[in-house]
Amino acid sequence: MVRASSVEIRKVNKFYGPFHALKDIDMSIEPGKVTCLIGPSGSGKSTLLRCVNFLEEYNSGEILIDGELIGYETAGGKKMSSRRLREMRRTIGMVFQQFNLWPHMTALQNVAEGLIRVRGMARAEAETRAADALEKVGLGDRMGNHPSRLSGGQQQRVAIARAIAMEPRLMLFDEPTSALDPELVGEVLTVMKALAAEGMTMVVVTHEMGFAAHVADQVAFMEQGELVAVDAPANILHHPEDPRIQSFLRTYHERNSF
Amino acid sequence: MFSWTTFGDSFIPLLWAARFTVLVSGLGILLGLVIGALICAAALSPMKPLRLFAALWVSFLRGVPLLVQLLLVYFLLPVIGINVPALVAAVVTVAICASAYISEIWRGAINALPRGQTEAAKAIGMAPLPQWTRIILPQAVTMSLPALINELILLVKASSLVSVVGIMEITRASQAQAATTFRPLEVYLAAACIYLAINLCLAGVGRWLEHRMAV
Ligand SMILES: Nc1ncnc2c1ncn2[C@@H]1O[C@H](COP(=O)(O)OP(=O)(O)OP(=O)(O)O)[C@@H](O)[C@H]1O
Ligand SMILES: [Mg+2]
Repeated sequence: MVRASSVEIRKVNKFYGPFHALKDIDMSIEPGKVTCLIGPSGSGKSTLLRCVNFLEEYNSGEILIDGELIGYETAGGKKMSSRRLREMRRTIGMVFQQFNLWPHMTALQNVAEGLIRVRGMARAEAETRAADALEKVGLGDRMGNHPSRLSGGQQQRVAIARAIAMEPRLMLFDEPTSALDPELVGEVLTVMKALAAEGMTMVVVTHEMGFAAHVADQVAFMEQGELVAVDAPANILHHPEDPRIQSFLRTYHERNSF
Repeated sequence: MFSWTTFGDSFIPLLWAARFTVLVSGLGILLGLVIGALICAAALSPMKPLRLFAALWVSFLRGVPLLVQLLLVYFLLPVIGINVPALVAAVVTVAICASAYISEIWRGAINALPRGQTEAAKAIGMAPLPQWTRIILPQAVTMSLPALINELILLVKASSLVSVVGIMEITRASQAQAATTFRPLEVYLAAACIYLAINLCLAGVGRWLEHRMAV
């Protein structure tokens, strides 16, 4: 079992100029739990996820990782030092829709890089660890490949290995399967399920309702910058009370039925 | 009648003069890379005065012909009491002119990198320095190689302009040779062959580098 973080989001607001992208978001995520964020395009899912590791700056409210405020020294106060922010980010892994692997490095180098440059490990040790992480995502035989020589599913698994090699206590996923051909989605979801089963705290922005229904401990529905509901998967996905969720799911089912 | 003897004989003085062509363009690009990197850093800096300086630098040097820049420097230096050999003045002027183009080449390459490249680095807690040395620069340098080789080829040709400050490079040497042999066609044809040979080599090196660095 991994050491897992809790996340506490309190009254978070985010503006892009005059545009109110996140409106008073409140959410609690317990250690080891999987939270899926769903909602229509432009509802603020990515923005919220990116606030959690402060890739995006929120303007008010607090986000606490294991009780510790991220991004600011005090709530509403001045920004925390970049060194301190980097320390906090070391324990938060992130997986992007577009993988964002470094194309000039092999799979192994992609995974080892953070261990060497951030954790200060010797190259040999880092590469051993990186190889372990790649084995874990089923890519033990692809370590010497550059990203351009890997399928989308394999690239995304390298990206997951890059994150978990850092031994995070929290993993953030922003539509990890949305850029993949349908037949490659399964291999990535399998890796994510295994991670969830190990007890990793995970926040997953996704359009994979099956994953949300079977793996999530709670599902959060967002619309127009608001958190409409957070509840057990069944209550959101099968018996939603809010008409906005009903209409979102209707659109989803229509698109996916044939 | 085309004189093959004059054509052939011209190569000896012209190849000897080619050392200045190679020197001016070679040192010009090397120094230009260094200055270009500094200007590029200024252009990307968060400090507004630095960005302004870089913008002025680039627009002045790209907006004034190299020939005029060379003459300006050549006549300006004695006025402000700086006495340097014409060759040094020429190399520095060429380098400064090249730096404007090179900084733009690098700025373009750096800006062309997807934002996700540095976001992935930030997300694992990487500090700014390794972000630059390990993620941004290796990719930007590779991406900029074709444009840099192109710039070097332009410099080899532009180096003919330093003849105006009295440097005996290929073009100036062929003028002299043409005047003594009364055979301008043969001499300039030989000069053209030498320029072409140099630039074909450079283009070849460029293709080889591109091929080697492609993944
Ligand atoms: N850098 C930015 N500048 C201005 N507006 C932005 C910026 N980033 C996002 N937005 C706006 O904020 C809103 C929320 O964007 P966000 O990317 O969080 O949506 P999302 O729920 O992730 O959508 P999708 O499912 O399409 O990824 C959108 O209306 C978007 O246009
Ligand atoms: Mg998004």
